[in-house]
Order: sequence, then structure tokens, then C-alpha cells
Amino acid sequence: MTPSEGVGRGMESVLEMLESLLALGGMVLLRDTVEWEGRSLLKALIKKSALYGEQVHVLGCEVSEEEFREGFDSNINSRLVYHDLFRDPLNWSKTGEALPGGPLEALRALCRRTDPGPVTVALDSLSWLLLHLPCTTLCQALHALSRQDPCPGKQVRVLGLLHEELHGPGPVRALSSLAQAEVTLSGALGQASAHILYRRPRQHPTHQTQWFSILPDFSLDLQGGPLLEPQPQPDPHTPLVDPTNHLTFNLRLSKKEREAKDSLTLPFQFSSEKQQALLRPGPGQATSHIFYEPDAYDDLDQEDPDDDLDI
Amino acid sequence: MFPELNNLLNTTPDRAEQGKLTLLCDAKTDGSFLVHHFLSFYLKADYKVCFVALIQSFSHYNIVGQKLGVSLTAARERGQLVFLEGLKSAVDIFFRPQEEPHPLQFLREANTRNLQPLYEFVREALKPTDEEEAACRCPVLLVDDLSVLLSLGLGAVAVLDFIHYCRATVCWERKGNIVALVHDSGDAEDEENDILLNGLSHQSHLILRAEGLATGFCKDVHGQLKILWRGPSQPTAPRDRSLTYQYKIQDKSVSFFAKGMSPAVL
Repeated sequence: MTPSEGVGRGMESVLEMLESLLALGGMVLLRDTVEWEGRSLLKALIKKSALYGEQVHVLGCEVSEEEFREGFDSNINSRLVYHDLFRDPLNWSKTGEALPGGPLEALRALCRRTDPGPVTVALDSLSWLLLHLPCTTLCQALHALSRQDPCPGKQVRVLGLLHEELHGPGPVRALSSLAQAEVTLSGALGQASAHILYRRPRQHPTHQTQWFSILPDFSLDLQGGPLLEPQPQPDPHTPLVDPTNHLTFNLRLSKKEREAKDSLTLPFQFSSEKQQALLRPGPGQATSHIFYEPDAYDDLDQEDPDDDLDI
Repeated sequence: MFPELNNLLNTTPDRAEQGKLTLLCDAKTDGSFLVHHFLSFYLKADYKVCFVALIQSFSHYNIVGQKLGVSLTAARERGQLVFLEGLKSAVDIFFRPQEEPHPLQFLREANTRNLQPLYEFVREALKPTDEEEAACRCPVLLVDDLSVLLSLGLGAVAVLDFIHYCRATVCWERKGNIVALVHDSGDAEDEENDILLNGLSHQSHLILRAEGLATGFCKDVHGQLKILWRGPSQPTAPRDRSLTYQYKIQDKSVSFFAKGMSPAVL
């Protein structure tokens, strides 16, 4: 495949990957680790949703609003509503600036929003919420949030960022069971990869692995695999030499040679002709003799010592 | 401060980054040399430093600081350094009237299991005076170390909340930096410590991890340092995100070299 063909196919796959993640509705769970962070992919998905014309509500617990909006252009930022749980989530400053009711109330308020149109809710991060709220409460709130409304205009898509190492298997699986798609981030050789698990209703779960990188403007760039060292290009001026010329041995067999080879009996293959040849000494074959000079101490007993065995 | 470490991290006192959380962790070795490095680094860079020292006494840090070229006594006197001596304060708290707020209040009260008083102390300590505002002196919070707070009975979430609020105030509001040391329990299954370490790792921009050598103790190579840059907005290429060096601690400096390239074996 030439590089340009690869890019063309890559562009289709880019759209496929993001669109398929966003098309399912319900919850998309992004599982990241310390080494392979997931906020960039979350922002790439948010950018895609915003470009569709949707409004995006972000429940931001881990980074400030400025840091989150960094990298988005004004078009996307105008569609982004940032609910700030970073500055004062636990109401320690008592200045009244904190969101009333704390994180749980903020989450429930998102369920109750009444603006029209499809909406994307991004939770940055689910790990923070899971550390501060009981798992059951969080799962109930998420279920209420991502439940498919029969009215198509009020679809809610939930994107949740989860830091895998912070939680035991129980809460992670509970959240995973609520998700329609799960993206696990990892990578190799400096290249990030996403393992995507789709859970479509009434179908088998499907897997897909995709190598990618995020550009500074949070668009997605798909890769074929981890970037290896660039192969040295052959010098176009040196003529390509055929290594099979001027060999001292034969690489190919002619038809006659092949027939002779096929009809050859191998030395250790036991066929009926060989058996006969062994049993009947041929005219050219000399019978073998054993010449024995007994020593002075040899005991030449003609009796067969195995005679008494009952064989 | 160790000039070789500055080279590896690509910083100098005049052009240090701002608004960053640096996580120091050590596994099977003592990572306190990194704390001494950052303490002397930020004092030399003329930052306003709030040092929450829970492990050693003031004189210990002062003696090491003098070897590295900074005087903590002088810095404290001129107001550049605010030093919370944990070992002394922890005893003082029992001889004070209970109404007075104390940074280590959690030691005395059984029910308030959070570090809000300590956060209030840090915020007060790093509140800029008028002349500091004019001089644009950036604040730095240094904590040595956070794992001991878990040993004192706090939960990992309480410590994470404390660092969260410090980040909001010091890193975001005041554009300063935070440097904190956490021990890695390694094989010992300490869930709370793992949650603390991983939770902080996800929030950090730079992680320095000092590890003992897998082969055991060595006279010429004291350990291995792994440097990991995190976050999407880093200037280096993805392949330079993580570096590993080995080091040897000497009396007044630390020398770093690539793996296997210790001068003793070359």
C-alpha cells in the first residue's frame, strides 16, 4: 500500500472509530493508566461531539477550567459548559462559590437539565467521583443519566474517564457493565493504542484495537502500528542486483532431474526390493567371512550358553 | 541543588516551569536526596517556599542545605521560607488550648479525618505580601512526605483531597509549583498507599522515581532514577517522555550516568 493510500484508508477509519464510539449512545468508558493518559482522547471525543453541533457538559473534578479548555478553538469552547468541581469540591473555603450539594448533587443536576437537543456529558473523572461517593450511588446516578430517552431529540451520551489503577475489580466491573463501549488505553514504543469493546444490544460484544496519536488541536491521527525505526531507503542510483545470478549451486531442477530425484529410493527406506536384495546375496556381493585367531586364554566352548533358555 | 539533575530535567533556577505538580517517589531506597535538591533549587530561584517537613528536624535539612549552598535559617529569617516542623508541632499540639486551630489538628481529633487545617496553614503561609506581589515571587509547596500521613491514621482520599486543594490554590490560582514525596511500598500490599501513589501520579506533570537496584546494594551505584513526563502539553517528543539513569550520591552532589556506564565499571 502506498503511503497516500494508507492515509486515505486511515481517514475513513478515523471517522469510523470516533463515530462508532459516539453513535452508540449510552455510556463510553475510557480506562487509562499513569503511563497512557486518557484525557486527550476524552477531549478528542468532546471535540467531535461539539462539531456535530451538540452541547457538551463537562463535570470537571481534576483539572481547572482553563486547563481543560486549552487547545479547543472558540467554536468548540462556546458549546462547552464546564461545571467546576475543581476549585472547591468539598466546600472548604465556605465562600459560597462551590457547587451546591457537592459532587452528587452536581451529577444529579445534569440528569435534570431541560435544554433541548442531544447532549454529551463528560465526566472528568469517574475515578474522582468513585473515591468520593459510594459505588452504588454513583452507578444509580450514571444509570439515570445515560438511560435512553424514547424521545430521539433528548439523547444523552456519557463519556467517563476512569483511572484503572485506583480501584478494585468490583467497582470497575460495575461501571463497565453500565457502558455500551469501553476503551482501554495502552501502548508500546511510544505509540498509544486503544482497545475498544463494543456492547451493542442483542449482539455479541466486538473488539477492535487501534493505534493512534492525538494532535495538538485534539483531532485524532490513526497509525498502523508502533513507529519502528525508519527503514533506510535503497539508493536509487545503485542498480538492483539479482542475488540468484552466478551461483555455484543449482537453485532449480529441470524436469528430467526432478523425475530422477522422485524415482530415487532413499537408503533407509525399506521396500520389498530391498528386502529381497538383503535375503539373497547377489552375484556381485561377496559373502562375508569372520577370521578369528583364538588367544591362549580363550575358552572355546562350543556349547551355546543360551541353550537352557526356554525361548 | 544538583546541576546534573537540572540538566536531565532541562531546567535552571531562572527558567523553572510554573503551575506544575512534581511527584517524587522511592521504592526500596531513600529518595530524600530529591527533596533536598528541590528545596535548595527553589530557594536559589528566589521562590517563596512553604515546606511541610514531617520526617526530619529543621536542623537536619539545614545541615544538608548548607552543603548544597543554601542557608535555611537565613531564608526563614528573611521570610522566604515557611517551615512546618512536623516532629515538634506534633508534640506541641497536646499542650495548646483546644480552640486554637493547628495544622496537624487531625492528630488530636478523632472525628475530623481531613487535612483542611493543614491546607489553611499552607494557604496562609503562601499568601503574598504586597512586596512579593510586586516582585512576582512564585510560591512553592514542598511536602516530605505524604506516606507518613497514612501511617498517622488518615485515609488516602483525605490526603488526595489535601493535595487537590493545594493544587487549586498553589498551582492554578498562584501559578506556583508543588513537590511531594510518596514512598512506594512495593511488594508490601498497602492498598491505601497504592491509591495515594497512583492518584497523585495521574495528577502529576513530572514523576521522579528513585529505585534501588534490582541486584541489590552496590557501593558505586546507589540506585536508579526514572523520569516520566506526563500531560499532553509537553515540549519533548513522545519518545523522550521517559528516561532512566543510575546515580551515586556523594557528600555534596549526586552524579548521574546512563545505565551500566558507572565510572567504576568503565
